[in-house]
Amino acid sequence: MKKHFVFRMAALLLLLVCVVALSDQSASAGSQDNATNQVKIDNFSFTPATLTVSPGTTVTWTNSDDVPHTVVSDDKLFKSRVLDTDERFSYTFTKPGTYPYFCSVHPKMTGQIVVR
Amino acid sequence: MSDYIIHDHNNDGIDRRGFLKCMAWAGTGTLCVLQGGVLKSFALGHSNHEHTGSLKGELSFVQISDSHIGFNKPANPDVIATLQAAVAKINALPTPPEFVLHTGDLSHLSKPEEFDALDQVLKSLKTSRVFFVAGEHDVLNDNGKQYLERFGKDALGEGWYSFDQKGVHFIGLVNVLDLKAGGLGNLGREQLEWLEKDVKHLKSSTPIVVFAHIPLWAVYPEWGWGTDDGAQALSYLKRFGSVTVLNGHIHQTMQKVEGNVTFHTAMSTAFPQPQPGTAPSPGPLKVPAEQLRSLLGVTDVNYVRGRHSLAITDSPLAI
Repeated sequence: MKKHFVFRMAALLLLLVCVVALSDQSASAGSQDNATNQVKIDNFSFTPATLTVSPGTTVTWTNSDDVPHTVVSDDKLFKSRVLDTDERFSYTFTKPGTYPYFCSVHPKMTGQIVVR
Repeated sequence: MSDYIIHDHNNDGIDRRGFLKCMAWAGTGTLCVLQGGVLKSFALGHSNHEHTGSLKGELSFVQISDSHIGFNKPANPDVIATLQAAVAKINALPTPPEFVLHTGDLSHLSKPEEFDALDQVLKSLKTSRVFFVAGEHDVLNDNGKQYLERFGKDALGEGWYSFDQKGVHFIGLVNVLDLKAGGLGNLGREQLEWLEKDVKHLKSSTPIVVFAHIPLWAVYPEWGWGTDDGAQALSYLKRFGSVTVLNGHIHQTMQKVEGNVTFHTAMSTAFPQPQPGTAPSPGPLKVPAEQLRSLLGVTDVNYVRGRHSLAITDSPLAI
């Protein structure tokens, strides 16, 4: 009987821990997005291809490829100089919206920043 | 993917098997010349060049491409040395070329010192003139303003032009400006309108040579190897009996014949790139140091009056 009781308490405790852990995760989801404000340029692609950030976030692109690339907004809102290997470009997104961009040297390379 | 299949409707009796066999040798320095409708191949070497003396043709010129002066990564830490080797190779040709065509990416980062260094090396070329068309690496930051001032003095609009040599009409096109997101190379309406007018009054028997940086045909769109409005340009040249399209950008030789049009891309003098789809991206391909020069090279082109196609020979810097 005692064993059965202990087992049930353990299961309940485990359930409680899981519930707390899950709610913790969703609560910190917003701040995790703010910490992830980096786009890596490598192998002729932008990673992540879609980056979601909150308004006021400064996004930084870093070129880790062995050829130069640029970051140019489709809607002409921002435009980097040419970035050689290890060079960076940053832009601060203040308004919510979707901001598609591409590399003007290799236009098949595209990405987007979603601000919300 | 490259397409070695030819269509048989050019009415000059080319034997398809012989043509394909010839093309397979092209990368190792084989001269393929059309003689009386039959394609013959000759290995490119000093002694053989005497045999082919009668086939030298009336006009010979050389195409080089993608020198990328300023590039200094492992794929080739010394692009000036390999460009110098290309110049030496050209200067060693038994017949000096009338002129040299550089099909773009002269520099790597459009820097003035890179253009300066290129000029310095090309000064040693034993030829009367070098013609250029811009690559995307030459027009960074300023939409090509600096490039045009230095290399496009006689060009129109954003850098296109044409000239005639020994009855052959040469057309230099720029397809690396005003590129759209997700797109390929771009010629643009103004340039296309100029092109249509430029060839309008030429006799259909006039051999045409078009040169531009990015391939005008769809080599591999996934990697940006093509031109969105290239087909439009080619439509203006449909009626001509002999059209040769010379491109660069992909840093490897590729050839396709479609009717009266021969498409050809040149090796780079700086670094090779992977074959379509064989790597995650079209970036510089690192190879063992001793193999590098076998994947870089120059292209010798010969025109013989009355012959259907120009004879195109790709020569690596080393075997």
